[in-house]
Amino acid sequence: MSEAQSDAGRRKFLVGATVAMAAAGVAAVGTPFVLSMLPSARARAAGGPVEVDFSKVEPGMMITQEWRGQPIWVVNRTPEMLAQLAKNTDLLSDPDSADSSQPDYCKNTNRATTEHPNLFVAVGICTHLGCSPVDKMKMGEGSGMGSDWPGGFFCPCHGSKYDMSGRVFKGMPAPLNLRIPPYTFLTSSRLLVGEEKKGA
Amino acid sequence: MNAMSRLLGWVDARFPLTTVWKEHLAEYYAPKNFNFWYYFGSLAMLVLVIQIVTGIFLTMNYKPDARFAFASVEYIMRDVDYGWLIRYMHSTGASMFFVVVYLHMMRGLMYGSYRKPRELIWILGMAIYLCLMAEAFFGYLLPWGQMSYWGAQVIVSLVDAISPPVALWIRGDYVIADATLNRFFAFHVIALPLVLVILVFLHIVALHEVGSNNPDGIEIKEKKNPVTGIPLDGIPFHPYYTVKDIMGVVVFLAVYFGIIFFSPEMGGYFLEDNNFIPADPLKTPPHIAPVWYFTPFYAILRAIPQKQLGVVAMGVAVAIFFLLPWLDRGLVKSIRYRGNLYKIALGLFVLAFLILGYMGTQDPNLWYVNPVSRVCALVYFGFFVLMPIYTRLDKTKPVPERVTG
Repeated sequence: MSEAQSDAGRRKFLVGATVAMAAAGVAAVGTPFVLSMLPSARARAAGGPVEVDFSKVEPGMMITQEWRGQPIWVVNRTPEMLAQLAKNTDLLSDPDSADSSQPDYCKNTNRATTEHPNLFVAVGICTHLGCSPVDKMKMGEGSGMGSDWPGGFFCPCHGSKYDMSGRVFKGMPAPLNLRIPPYTFLTSSRLLVGEEKKGA
Repeated sequence: MNAMSRLLGWVDARFPLTTVWKEHLAEYYAPKNFNFWYYFGSLAMLVLVIQIVTGIFLTMNYKPDARFAFASVEYIMRDVDYGWLIRYMHSTGASMFFVVVYLHMMRGLMYGSYRKPRELIWILGMAIYLCLMAEAFFGYLLPWGQMSYWGAQVIVSLVDAISPPVALWIRGDYVIADATLNRFFAFHVIALPLVLVILVFLHIVALHEVGSNNPDGIEIKEKKNPVTGIPLDGIPFHPYYTVKDIMGVVVFLAVYFGIIFFSPEMGGYFLEDNNFIPADPLKTPPHIAPVWYFTPFYAILRAIPQKQLGVVAMGVAVAIFFLLPWLDRGLVKSIRYRGNLYKIALGLFVLAFLILGYMGTQDPNLWYVNPVSRVCALVYFGFFVLMPIYTRLDKTKPVPERVTG
């Protein structure tokens, strides 16, 4: 009887040890398979900075460039558009961009650098579910957005609205303002998206 | 003994061929009162076979590469002999799969087919439904059109709202890209179909263990012929229901090929207009909506103004079906013997589901879309959450001893 009991204990131990070894084996074999699905070295390398020439962007116009596969907007805002920004404050859910993502040098009402306050550079991806908003930069009725529209951007997927600084209006599905990538000016007409100013 | 029966004897000594035939067809006794709603299980299996066969032939010409995918689909449509037919059978089959599965689920809701002792059949069926949704989602990226691309972008960013590293892992790149297309192809053509076939097998094994429910919601196994042990209200599945199901197949195929030949895009509901434009990662189409079978859940997602909460609500809207066997406290299974409370609740639920489906296809900027979706989402969740209460209060009618035909 005591022999049978000791056998049962050993058997339990052996089963436990076998299961543990098998689990470790499954984890060890599973790891490379799971990791193989992460971005490859080639995809990671493709994420380098890109240069944008904005000399041909007239006031009130915008261009779209690709960086890391995402649309990067460069918008040249008119003085009227900039003047409107301060009036939007009460309509916005994060007017000071406190919770939103941008480099420190863009954390202001214009969401732009002090050297080019008219230039708005942003990742054109809605912070809700990743669609690319469309430009509705005209103010008022001409935009098709109603007579009180202060100018900005509109996401066609779920109807989020942003102002001309990419700040989201209150009560929209998008939680945050449009993301601003790190960028720096190379010359007065070229900028580099994806890299901070050297030494800054 | 002739050669045929000798061969059968040889096989039976080595493999339970005759036993399987008897247990699952010739001597599987199903209730004799099946009605219209009982076509859709076998039709779902038919569509599964159609999808697998047409899918195999599509992979012979399709190229899962972001540079070639769109063009290879157009190549199938224009240059491959009968390629258009095979592709339209597959794309229409996807929508028809959901049509029959939704009707099949509706049958379960009406006749209480999820109730004890069929909880596991219901759970396996829901697993099939989830698997089917994933299969449809992965498949929709493959043509690499605008709607493929931006639809995938929206759904993957739902994951991103919960956990960005997981979303990165799913995409295999910082955006939906070639790596994503390639792996979605792998999931769509091998991983999920395999799981789907296994789940369907288990669904049927569980069904044949407990036996089919019926429109009266009573157990035919409780009244057996004392001599033969055969349920008094049971008839052999073969030939009675095989013949009935063949009739259903004929009608189904007429509708199915009618759509394929005359309206394969179904006015943009089966194949969306924007998907005839190659994917452009820099430009979202002006109006994004998923294919019709996802729109009820998409409308719930949009109706909730907070992003993470919206994702959670959408997930719960699907997952809550799993709990149905335990939420229902009614004394009877079938809607025939339920009181008005359940009939009204089910009616409102179906209405809310259909309206949500419609709202999900509409421009969210229209003033009524989100308010109406919110009301319908409340009804949708109310159906489940209040179910333990109204099914218990419901004034049920007495259930007959035997099926009523």
